[in-house]
Amino acid sequence: MSNALEVSHLTVSFGARKVLDDLSFAVEAGRSLAIIGPNGSGKTVLFKALIGSVPAHGTIRWAPGTRIGYVPQKLDIERDLPLTGIDFLEARADVARLGAGEVSRALDLVELPSEVGAQPIGTLSGGQFQRLLLAFALMGRPSVLLFDEPTAGVDEPGQEGIYALFRRLQSEEPLTLLIISHELSLVYRFADNVLCLSRQRAWFGPPVTMLTPERLAEVWGAPMHLHVHPKR
Amino acid sequence: MMPSAADLVLPLVMAAAAGLVGSIAVMRRMTLAPDAISHVALPGIGAAVLLRINPVLGGVVALLLGTLLVWALEHKTRIPTEAIIGVVFSAALAVGSMLASGEDLMEALFGAPRRAGRAEILVGLATAAIVIAFILQARSRLVLTLVSPDLARTAGVAVGRLNLIFLLAFALTVALGLRYLGVLLMGSLIIIPAATAKHLARSLSAMQALAVAIAMVSTLVGSLAAPVLHREAGPLIITAAALIFFGSLARRGAD
Repeated sequence: MSNALEVSHLTVSFGARKVLDDLSFAVEAGRSLAIIGPNGSGKTVLFKALIGSVPAHGTIRWAPGTRIGYVPQKLDIERDLPLTGIDFLEARADVARLGAGEVSRALDLVELPSEVGAQPIGTLSGGQFQRLLLAFALMGRPSVLLFDEPTAGVDEPGQEGIYALFRRLQSEEPLTLLIISHELSLVYRFADNVLCLSRQRAWFGPPVTMLTPERLAEVWGAPMHLHVHPKR
Repeated sequence: MMPSAADLVLPLVMAAAAGLVGSIAVMRRMTLAPDAISHVALPGIGAAVLLRINPVLGGVVALLLGTLLVWALEHKTRIPTEAIIGVVFSAALAVGSMLASGEDLMEALFGAPRRAGRAEILVGLATAAIVIAFILQARSRLVLTLVSPDLARTAGVAVGRLNLIFLLAFALTVALGLRYLGVLLMGSLIIIPAATAKHLARSLSAMQALAVAIAMVSTLVGSLAAPVLHREAGPLIITAAALIFFGSLARRGAD
């Protein structure tokens, strides 16, 4: 199978500090890559480099015709911003000249009721806002989804539902997933490959070889517990 | 002398443009930028007075140059926007008040409602139409960019270019108000109605409609009250807008 993304010798620096140093990996089309690592290891910066919003050295090669959907970890939204979820999705549809049904299709996919979509986005709960951002990313049927999982504010059953949606989408169309996750047990069950970033270096490989207690302790600098549930 | 209906057309269209530009600016949390950008007009007006050319023309040239400067500093340096605005604001005021003086300075600061010539009215109307058309046409792109430049980029918006065009539309709106409201007050007509609308509205269309309505009502009330109260229209327009703002706080409190 061909690669959806090839990254070679990617380096991102802020001033004198190298956040990502000579990083190389590839993701096959239709597969899932989980990106794990402690805070400050450059996971979110990697996504920003992939969408071209921070300057980077090295090569980032997307397959021809790639459409990227991006779900950021959080956005700084004022509570009283007079912009509803539906305003936000309609703006997306307008910019990309998507059909009229695309907004309700996206809301249905993420199971966000239209009453919630009619509320100002600053008043949504963490879980609702994440679903809205996911609906935004799924509009225009992306071939690659970059999902930066929030560290707080989203309950675990909600996350399980989102991963179930990813499986369903991947079974229907060739969707490549890149997921920054903090839930190692989810990663273990879900990902085909794991990119493990620490402040010193990076490792890349399938979950069985990446999520060993020794490797995790090395990356986090402290013993980590991983409760592995049987694969579904 | 009471203004005729024809005298009111340009100020009202200008107010509509100010309300639309202001609602985007306030949502972007650019509440200080309008003042800074409008002050940039002052040195241009001063230079135009010295050179004996139309002061509005001088103001427009200075505004466009100032806008490019603010945009370039924002994009090419890591200095925070607030700091850039603070420096540009003060420098423009200092240089401008050296160049202009006495009555010219007062006119530049607070506006001078002399009758505009036919050509000036036509150019003004055309400028306002361009600004209004841009904001309405680019509304979705502007909204995505103010929520998140990263998300806007993934949706295919050229964020840097859009920001520049928005700042230029902003500068043109300030230029429209120079004659009526002057450098000090035009920023207020852009910000106050939009800030009031943001308080009251819960959706984007409601906010834009309210901002336009409040800006136009304030302009109408101020222009009509001026001959009755024997005061200049500019300060009355801004006073009317500020009264509506404080009224909206009371209403919000009552909810």
